[in-house]
Amino acid sequence: MITIQGKGVSAGIGIGPLYYYRRVTTTITRREVEDTDAEWQRFKDAQATAIEQLGVLAEKAREEAGDEAAMLFETHQMMAEDLDYEEAIEASIKEEKLNAEASVSDVAAQFAEMFASMDDAYMQARAADVRDVSSRILGILSGVVQGGIASDEPVLLASDDLAPSETIQLDKSKILGFITSGGSGSSHTAILARTMGIPAIVGVGDVFKPEYEGRTVAVDGSTGAVVIDPDEETLDHMLKLREEQLNLQKMLEELRGQPNITKDGKSVRVYCNIGSPEDVAAVLKNDGGGIGLFRSEFLYLNSKTYPTEDEQFEAYKKVLSDMDGREVVIRTCDVGADKQIDYFDLPKEENPAMGMRALRISLSRPDFFRTQLRALYRASAFGKLGIMFPMVTSVWEVREAKKMCERVKSELKEEGIPYSEQVEIGIMIETPAAVFVSDRLAKEVDFFSCGTNDLTQYTLACDRQNNDLGRFYDPHHPALLRALKIVADNAHKNGCWIGICGELGADLKLTETFLAIGIDELSVSPSAVLPLRNAIRSVDTRESADRILSELANDYQAL
Amino acid sequence: MKQFTYTVTDPVGIHARPAGLLVKEIKNYTSTVMIAKDDKSVNALKLMALMGMGIKCGDTVTVSVEGANEEADAAAIEAFFKANL
Repeated sequence: MITIQGKGVSAGIGIGPLYYYRRVTTTITRREVEDTDAEWQRFKDAQATAIEQLGVLAEKAREEAGDEAAMLFETHQMMAEDLDYEEAIEASIKEEKLNAEASVSDVAAQFAEMFASMDDAYMQARAADVRDVSSRILGILSGVVQGGIASDEPVLLASDDLAPSETIQLDKSKILGFITSGGSGSSHTAILARTMGIPAIVGVGDVFKPEYEGRTVAVDGSTGAVVIDPDEETLDHMLKLREEQLNLQKMLEELRGQPNITKDGKSVRVYCNIGSPEDVAAVLKNDGGGIGLFRSEFLYLNSKTYPTEDEQFEAYKKVLSDMDGREVVIRTCDVGADKQIDYFDLPKEENPAMGMRALRISLSRPDFFRTQLRALYRASAFGKLGIMFPMVTSVWEVREAKKMCERVKSELKEEGIPYSEQVEIGIMIETPAAVFVSDRLAKEVDFFSCGTNDLTQYTLACDRQNNDLGRFYDPHHPALLRALKIVADNAHKNGCWIGICGELGADLKLTETFLAIGIDELSVSPSAVLPLRNAIRSVDTRESADRILSELANDYQAL
Repeated sequence: MKQFTYTVTDPVGIHARPAGLLVKEIKNYTSTVMIAKDDKSVNALKLMALMGMGIKCGDTVTVSVEGANEEADAAAIEAFFKANL
């Protein structure tokens, strides 16, 4: 048994025979050409074929791995017809009278060298793209067909570093995993392997020997371990791990399209937290039922100056239309505290977490607030919108914010701009004050969403930025769970729904507790949707709710 | 000639994919578009030269747009930069 440690870049267990990827190497002969125009035409033809092939690959990549992977091949197409690249080849053929093969090979080397010498690891890796595109053109010029795995059974594929076009052209049903001696986590093999869910380990170095070919190898894509000729114990362990992973994956896949419903028929909405319009793809992919928290800060953080009403409107509208009628809760600007932005010109504070932040800024700068609300209401015509105010402590704050909403609506009405009358208004519950007056607050709004990260920080007097607080910062603290119960009861008494949008929402150890408390909605990161759905479906509140509530009220044991 | 400066906010800078997007976009205009950083300047249609500039997040570039339709093109290109880079 030989164990080699590489870098795991795509999780999963692969066990099978090792197979070396072989390239048909083309030898480039240098010769002088007489008819340089004909030679130039040979290059142009090969270039056109390459661009066409790359277009086919882009479509294949789009089906197998999505738009991101397809864009890679579209970029390759652009490289193949890049003006500088083409001009350099033209000069080599027409002025140096060098044959097309040698010209392409020389120019490719120059461009690859340019990227390889850049001081940025990502750009250095692009040298591989230039070589990949060029070897395709060379292959076409010399009539060589690349690729293919000459094996009947699935294999673990070993190579130096696979080019992206090589990776996408391979028959995936024959690949149990990738092992490359070079490469990095940002190499295309790694990216594609992750999107396709195939284990991959890169950077194993040159300890891999050709005589390993055909021997049994087990790899663990999360730890980066490569074991050649594993002994019985190791093999059993890996097989068990693989089975567990496959079962979990299969079960989660089957949950797609299923309701989030407990054994006794209670349903909970599982929504997603997102930070920009691009994240909607992940929400749909993971079957999120809506968006429980769209942080509007990205608009402010990605800008040098206050984003305009139109810029905001476009971003909100995109998310609402992409979600196609499903609910989208957008939180108004939550800057301050740990998110500082220069152009806001906030005075320096000793304790910004308790200072001028979130709704406090919005209420103090009515023009700024009005711009965001106008953009939100204009976007409301394109879907089902909820507007949520962060960092509330008092009833008057909510009333003032709602007054601004009314003002904005009447402005839009006068201007003849459409908006929806069905917009729900909600607030974040993240301060102890909001918990204690939640009975009053519930009369003002349609929903509550508990921001458990800040609620933990303020309730336990534990700075969330301080990593040394360790066991003192305990989001399972009974004070917090009791707070959630108080808020849930007050919400329901007043016809509000209650959600959780903090990290705690995805904590499967608490799913049963949240159901007992009566939480209506959990908003989590897209990848947490299916595991959470699985947890909800295994709960029977008839068995657990009374016990949990009595524990919460009486002899609460730390979870 | 119309000119504007832009500070790149895309966390990865103008690497392969954003550069590809940019070249694709610039093809839609009739103007000649040059992108300059420090003392280097490249034609925005040249993908590899553009990538070779190594433009990172936070870098400020100067974009010049020249042609019969430069006024409208410059405005559209600036909007494209803001939305995508």
